[in-house]
Amino acid sequence: MKKLKYALFTGCTAKQSTPEQMMSTMAVARKLNIEMIELTEASCCGASHLQDYDDFLSLVLNARNIAYAEKHGLTMVTICNTCQLNTAMTKHRLDKNPELKARVNEKLAEVGLEYKGTSNVIHFLYAIIDDFGLDEIKKMVVKPLSQFNIAPFYGCHNIRPSELHDESHKMRENPYKPTSLDDLIIACGGMTVDYEEKTKCCGFHVELQAPNTAAVLTGAAIAGATDSNADMMVTPCPLCHLKLDTQTKSASKAIGREVALPVLHMQQMVGLALGCSPEELGLKHHVTDVNFI
Amino acid sequence: MSAEKITTQKVNFKVFRFNADADYLPYYENYTLDVTSEDVVLDILNKIKWEHDGSFSYRRSCRHGICGACAIKVNGRSTLACKESMTTMIEYFGNEITLEPLSTKRAVKDMIIDKGDFWEKHAAVTPYLVADIDECPSCENLVSPHDAEELDEADLCIQCGACHYACPVVEINSDFFGPAAFVAAYRFESDVRDSDGERLINVNEEKQGVWDCAKCFECAEVCPKDINPINKITKLHQMAFQRGVAKNNVATRHAVGFLHSIKKNGVLDEGGLVLYSEGLHIVKHLPVALQMFRKGKIVPPWGITKSDKLDEIQKLIKSSSTVKF
Repeated sequence: MKKLKYALFTGCTAKQSTPEQMMSTMAVARKLNIEMIELTEASCCGASHLQDYDDFLSLVLNARNIAYAEKHGLTMVTICNTCQLNTAMTKHRLDKNPELKARVNEKLAEVGLEYKGTSNVIHFLYAIIDDFGLDEIKKMVVKPLSQFNIAPFYGCHNIRPSELHDESHKMRENPYKPTSLDDLIIACGGMTVDYEEKTKCCGFHVELQAPNTAAVLTGAAIAGATDSNADMMVTPCPLCHLKLDTQTKSASKAIGREVALPVLHMQQMVGLALGCSPEELGLKHHVTDVNFI
Repeated sequence: MSAEKITTQKVNFKVFRFNADADYLPYYENYTLDVTSEDVVLDILNKIKWEHDGSFSYRRSCRHGICGACAIKVNGRSTLACKESMTTMIEYFGNEITLEPLSTKRAVKDMIIDKGDFWEKHAAVTPYLVADIDECPSCENLVSPHDAEELDEADLCIQCGACHYACPVVEINSDFFGPAAFVAAYRFESDVRDSDGERLINVNEEKQGVWDCAKCFECAEVCPKDINPINKITKLHQMAFQRGVAKNNVATRHAVGFLHSIKKNGVLDEGGLVLYSEGLHIVKHLPVALQMFRKGKIVPPWGITKSDKLDEIQKLIKSSSTVKF
């Protein structure tokens, strides 16, 4: 297979509160022989909060990030659902609106950059499914996760709004019955768990201003997975991961029931199946212990 | 024009039944029906009522996606029954279809719900034009095409409630106005003729207002009129800053905090953002922060890897910023 090469937009959490996500991304990339060119010049995507404050500025900053991927002539890979949403949304708006694109490029020209619209923006989950292939991953599995019931937690910003995401990847993901993460679990040898909350919101974005709402959403997600007999959850989004992994106390209090499940990043799950060590995947960085290794 | 061949297939329907006057608990009735490729969801409701059980109840009126009466949930997804094709639903969910009212806990009879909370919240955002109108104008009160575009299709809302009852926050925080009310607020806030000063303040209040939106995009996914309610919520956030009515609170500081962080580091300083947003209230986050610290999940401000070419980012922030807080 031709060696894959991507421009990696790490996002902020991978470098701070979820170091294990960065570690496992790189570990999986090594196993799959994918070359990652890290976009060290990139800024924060604004996480849909800068967008609430200054829409135009957030477009300019995200267009700048994409422009660096374009300079490398590479597809931009994201490893956070919210980075994916905001970057892909910027791309969508600029590609659809030449007048807006010209206004943004006028600003980028001040620093010698141009947004052209030549690089696709895709989440790592879909990149490995589209470009590497589930069958290929399956062939490389050395430690199938066959004894585990794994609950996929998709994360809002990878599946909604569906029209936007259909532009970035080949599979037409059904926002009400998504399959990508389920398929990946099966490719890794695990059993997938179906539960109502798997496509629901984790509450991360209202954590500060509406802590109760956020905690109820987190609690409901973990409880839904638990009641469906899951041994662990897996998510492609580091923000969902932060909520589900570190906020179990407030979540339990909010729903009046003790809940806690080990939560893996999608990359950690793939890494385990491909034979990476727990150290390589940063499993010690979880607040809710990953106790099955 | 070549006519596409109409196909028929058998579909199993699990239908929510409840009569608040007679039943202690709701139950589900099963029907196996022939569904054609021409059918919309409303055709199925009609089929059940006309051919199987005359007591089956649901709201319907225009059958043209304009009155908003027939919204229900299909396999948990809010849907306008007269507009949604069964073919799409089968494509989404297969041949096992569950029909439920928009909100089972608000059910009055079968698909009919008490939409009282929806209307109460809709009414609370002053969903009408507030303007000093000259009763004997010398000429028409013209709105330019450019100004009309600002409404951004918010005036297409038919108050069907699909987004309201798809919104997870509405179910948890009973004060929260919900996406449809925000669309109505935006409709009039973006109207150049409107002079109401209170509406935008009202929809920015804590608990009830736009800042409690969880950004899950459920509303955008379900809206049968493609209004994209969360996009209007985002615009209401922006308007609050642009018009200087944004209060200094944890929610607004959280938005502005991103700018400060990016200006300083290019990337986010996660701890710094929480500190800036919460102020002294940061103490409540300390137990979790301590747990995270022990697991190597907290990077101190001096340990943050700043973006390369930070000067570029700072230059762009200077030249491209459009608001001040």
